[in-house]
Amino acid sequence: MNYFPDEVLEHIFDFVTSQRDRNSVSQVCKPWYKIESSSRQKVFVGNCYAISPERVIERFPGLKSITLKGKPHFADFNLVPHDWGGFVHPWIDAFARNNMGLEELKLKRMVISDDSLELISRSFANFKSLVLVSCEGFSTDGLAAIASNCSFLRELDLQENDVEDHRGHWLSCFPDTCTSLVSLNFACLKGDVNLAALVRLVARSPNLRSLRLNHAVPLDILQKILMRAPHLVDLGVGSYVHDPDSETYNKLVTALRKCKSVKSLSGFLEAAPQCLPAFHLICPNLTSLNLSYAPGIHGTELRKLIRHCRKLQRLWILDCIGDEGLEVVAATCKDLQEIRVFPSDPFVGNAAVTEVGLVALSSGCPKLHSILYFCQQMTNAALITVAKNSPNFTRFRLCILDPTKPDAVTNQPLDEGFGAIVQSCKGLRRLSMSGLLTDQVFLYIGMYAEQLEMISIAFAGDTDKGMQYLLNGCKKLRKLEIRDCPFGNAALLMDVGKYETMRSLWMSSCNVTLGGCKSLAKKMPMLNVEIINETDQMDISADDEQKVEKMFLYRTLAGRRKDAPEFVWTL
Amino acid sequence: MGGGVAYENDLNFKATELRLGLPGTGCTDEEQAVSGAKSNKRPLLETREERGAKGKSDPQHDDQETDPAPKAQIVGWPPIRSYRKNSLQPKKAEAEAAAGMYVKVSMDGAPYLRKIDLKVYKGYPELLKALENMFKLTIGDYSEREGYKGSEYAPTYEDKDGDWMLVGDVPWDMFLTSCKKLRIMKGSEARGLGCGV
Repeated sequence: MNYFPDEVLEHIFDFVTSQRDRNSVSQVCKPWYKIESSSRQKVFVGNCYAISPERVIERFPGLKSITLKGKPHFADFNLVPHDWGGFVHPWIDAFARNNMGLEELKLKRMVISDDSLELISRSFANFKSLVLVSCEGFSTDGLAAIASNCSFLRELDLQENDVEDHRGHWLSCFPDTCTSLVSLNFACLKGDVNLAALVRLVARSPNLRSLRLNHAVPLDILQKILMRAPHLVDLGVGSYVHDPDSETYNKLVTALRKCKSVKSLSGFLEAAPQCLPAFHLICPNLTSLNLSYAPGIHGTELRKLIRHCRKLQRLWILDCIGDEGLEVVAATCKDLQEIRVFPSDPFVGNAAVTEVGLVALSSGCPKLHSILYFCQQMTNAALITVAKNSPNFTRFRLCILDPTKPDAVTNQPLDEGFGAIVQSCKGLRRLSMSGLLTDQVFLYIGMYAEQLEMISIAFAGDTDKGMQYLLNGCKKLRKLEIRDCPFGNAALLMDVGKYETMRSLWMSSCNVTLGGCKSLAKKMPMLNVEIINETDQMDISADDEQKVEKMFLYRTLAGRRKDAPEFVWTL
Repeated sequence: MGGGVAYENDLNFKATELRLGLPGTGCTDEEQAVSGAKSNKRPLLETREERGAKGKSDPQHDDQETDPAPKAQIVGWPPIRSYRKNSLQPKKAEAEAAAGMYVKVSMDGAPYLRKIDLKVYKGYPELLKALENMFKLTIGDYSEREGYKGSEYAPTYEDKDGDWMLVGDVPWDMFLTSCKKLRIMKGSEARGLGCGV
């Protein structure tokens, strides 16, 4: 291939889009490495501490789009202290200083300040897309900077962030000349927005296809918006409380009739179920429905709505749908691929769905391959049935609200049930388990889960063997997170080389000791072994026999991080 | 599923016996030996006791003794994002916050009762300070062993079961949900409550 000019190779490589494939291409030979690296535009960094921004810039000078992930996954559940890290500023700073032509930035579980947002808005003239998922550290002032200065902004997508809300003026900061918006999602903002500015913004955005409103946008504004944006494909309704006989409601129905393109619906943050019939008009076209923030929608109104959604591929719902409601889903949504059933009352811990709903879904939905299911109870028999019905699962996450609950009928551990799942679902990439589980389930996983990349374990296992089966068996394992399991140093140190083939390992409330972690760190210099010590009871010269409360280790080319707070030690 | 595991080699009737109560409770030595310590309950207990000792307020580990189904809150369980958790409860939380949590406070020997809003206090020290101010007295320092030393008053409360409990024994959040009314006991009655109970 060395008689092809570089431009030809580059053109060919343009067709190779997945990062994994491009990584493979770059390893073929030096010339290919050079060409691929200089032409790569999109990079995904699964752990922002695994590599330094300078190194990324050096290798990929043409970088336009970057995705960065920060905190460990268990940070979502309050297991990681607030100031642990995940600060994006060094990256923004490096990109700005090196005059990178950054156009797209996607962050997950990172800390981004208003200053960083301001810097982005001023440093990258072609900046087009900002997607923030589960991030924090910023306020609506930062959003105002983005709105004001990014003249070609196409996408501002805020998903489940913790944003300090300074009430509403940020929307007015989009200049009249900004007409490029394609996607705007501010559903997670808690404060008011300037409604008139919002309507005007929609009116001057002919390319707008995705709009998700927050709770401060009432029905009459929604109706005005829909009249001006009939080509919307994705709609997140804000506040939906209204008297169904009113003129506004009728106007809404008229507007919805014109919205023939809506395929994805979400929101209903405050909802009066009796107003739902207006949406029956668009249900037949829906492929994605997210009612997981709408506790007000349940019972017969919810089932009526679902019965209209024959083309649904993705459904996120609360467990107040009940087993009965899930049976309606199974009967109606034959194209369903992904479902998530969230608990509607996590504090009380009484989920309204059981193994019955799960079995119904697996029987009725042949294309179902991804599930997240919070339930009251489970049985081995149900899991075995599900495994038989649905060998195509790629993601299987089951959460029983009582984390060590056994089979609800036989009182046995759920080892056999999960064993059946991993044996049957040969393409399984992600697994979360709960319920009473012994070492046996890990034996099964190690034996059968050949494609498994990520697994989350809580309150499971009996001895170190459990974790050992897992590490031994799952060759493609990338992320392992464990909490409250009796795994100790023998398991941790069994195969230290394994951790270099993985992105990260989290262990909290297990039996690993400080000595074990120190030993691991010593053997593996390419890993950062971080101990999170929140209670001041441990100090670095302490007894090596002391158990470590929280450990997070990850492979890295960047050495120990410089921004670790006091309570995080890198061994 | 092929392959025997230690605890399945015996015809372990005990393990398949239908019982009320969770597996792991009422476990005999024999069972434990066979199953190789079916200790799934223990990590949970240990962890929460450890946490209790460290002074974290989340796990209400008293519940484990009185209530077989552990509905007490475990940190980070169920695993849903805080954003989602918070967004499902705002109405409830708001309503409660607005309503306040007023309870009657009686003091032995006082002619009339008072009412205070427990919600405005962040913890026991603030509450006790407020009581001291309201009734112009000193309550003394709390110790688990001896109750309130150094004063002739002991703050008590009536809980959901109708029992009179010493203020300060349980985590603050648990106290908030179980306190029906307060009574500041005085003199010998107070001392009786403080010692050896």
